Amino acid sequence: MAQSSWFRNYKVAACVLVALAAAPLVPVLNSSYMLHVLILMLMWSVIGMSWNLLSGYCGQVSFGHAAFFGLGAYTAGILYLHGGVSGWWGLPASVIVVGLGSLVIGYICLRLRGPYFALGTLAMGEVLRVTAENMEWLTEGTMGIMIEKRTWVAKEPFYYIVLALAVGTFVIMELLVRSKWGYYFVAIREDQDAAESLGIDTTRYKTIALVISGVLTGLVGAFYTNYMGFIDPEVVFALHDISIITIMVVMVGGVATRWGPFAGALIMIVLSELIRAMPKIGTAHQTLFGVLLIVIIIYLPNGVMGDFRKVFRLVRRGAAPARAGGE
Amino acid sequence: MLKVEGIDVFYGDVQVIWDVSFEVNEGEVVALIGANGAGKSTLLRTVSGIVRPRKGGITFLGEPLAEVPPYRIIEKGIAHVPEARRLFPDMSVEENLELGALKPAAKARRADSMERVFTRFPRLEERRRQLAGTLSGGEQQMLAIGRGLMSLPRMLMFDEPSLGLAPLLVEEVFQVVRDVRADGVTVLIVEQNVRQTLAIADRAYVLETGRIVRHGSGRELLEDEEVKKAYLGV
Repeated sequence: MAQSSWFRNYKVAACVLVALAAAPLVPVLNSSYMLHVLILMLMWSVIGMSWNLLSGYCGQVSFGHAAFFGLGAYTAGILYLHGGVSGWWGLPASVIVVGLGSLVIGYICLRLRGPYFALGTLAMGEVLRVTAENMEWLTEGTMGIMIEKRTWVAKEPFYYIVLALAVGTFVIMELLVRSKWGYYFVAIREDQDAAESLGIDTTRYKTIALVISGVLTGLVGAFYTNYMGFIDPEVVFALHDISIITIMVVMVGGVATRWGPFAGALIMIVLSELIRAMPKIGTAHQTLFGVLLIVIIIYLPNGVMGDFRKVFRLVRRGAAPARAGGE
Repeated sequence: MLKVEGIDVFYGDVQVIWDVSFEVNEGEVVALIGANGAGKSTLLRTVSGIVRPRKGGITFLGEPLAEVPPYRIIEKGIAHVPEARRLFPDMSVEENLELGALKPAAKARRADSMERVFTRFPRLEERRRQLAGTLSGGEQQMLAIGRGLMSLPRMLMFDEPSLGLAPLLVEEVFQVVRDVRADGVTVLIVEQNVRQTLAIADRAYVLETGRIVRHGSGRELLEDEEVKKAYLGV
């Protein structure tokens, strides 16, 4: 019985999983390019879900998720470069490195609240970028780290690894959000002082959210190093291309919703690929993203999943005989 | 029961409490009254450990609270019903109440406590699955009090419970305070509604710009010429 009710709750999840697992078997999707797009989408879903835990559920808005991503990426890169082992060891190693790194970042930033926390994390990302650029003996500086030979030429193995990462993250999020901790996170988001005076050790739970969020993002970073075969500080610690896009993915998809990060990642990646393919305006894709974000904040403040009914209504109205004007 | 001795409290560099001492005995209703900005809420926040005194000490049941982190104050038996309710608006009534009973002793009797809260406030039971943010002001205040009671406190601190409520609901709130005391819970209450507060308080302290300027039984202060002039508009 328990199993069937579990299945009812997660029917959508099971369908999505089957569809994603079967995707490479579909001829149209089984091109190097399409798989690359799918891999990017899953990577962003994982980063989005982790950000969603810390910032969506626990309310500590991070502008510095590039710090975790970059730490993970460099863990893999440095292990490969100096340790002489496969970059894949970076995945388990990044759990430790990013876990410790998150503790340090949390120790510094979590005493700040609201916008100050956001600025603190933003600074952390930038500090790490500059550090990586200058510690040339360890990181090769702005030259970056190149992995001579990627593990596989085909995309499928990478795809299934990142899919496993996404499924694992999804399960962890479901377990966490439905647990006692999940309630504590939301209580902290809604009113930190009230949570504290009710007996919740807010510093401790904020740290837990931050470390889990950081570690999962770091895993994607370590995966990225192995997948792309090249990292440099400009890319993996990027404020605009990582930290800000992370926030956009979740805001577009829906903050503190189960499927928001997936929907957001799908929309953002597809849009970015479409816009980049356009002649002339392709180079302006970041400008267009900015416009998109403004539109989303005005019309769908809870994101595509959060305002699901609203989107549904808009679509239906669009299909019905046209009516002038909007709301 | 609660002893506050000579505390100075600062917000940054600004001193808001000057050498304040007061005490609350077991079973009493003690009120802190005073105008806006007199420092009443700050005193409650200091007892809760959210703000720390720079000088002086606070003891509860003989135990100093200086080193106790704010999230453990509730375990000592002090619950705070904060100003403006401070509920979790996106959680249901039931979830808000559950979060009131986190300490192990209270958790063990959670179902029981919730029944009692629902018996006292039937409106909350009707709305147990509704989001707290969608309740009316009066219902929210009842929920905040209920959440405070869920921790099975020895002492309950009310911060302006009548704020922004219609006169009929203000009546109800003061009745609740009386009931809480009748159940054996000591009450420390901060209010601007001076007349009604003094009517139910055993003792009260008058606070002016961070200093205690008067102290006496509720009845004495109701008759006090200065208090009448300053707070009762007589």
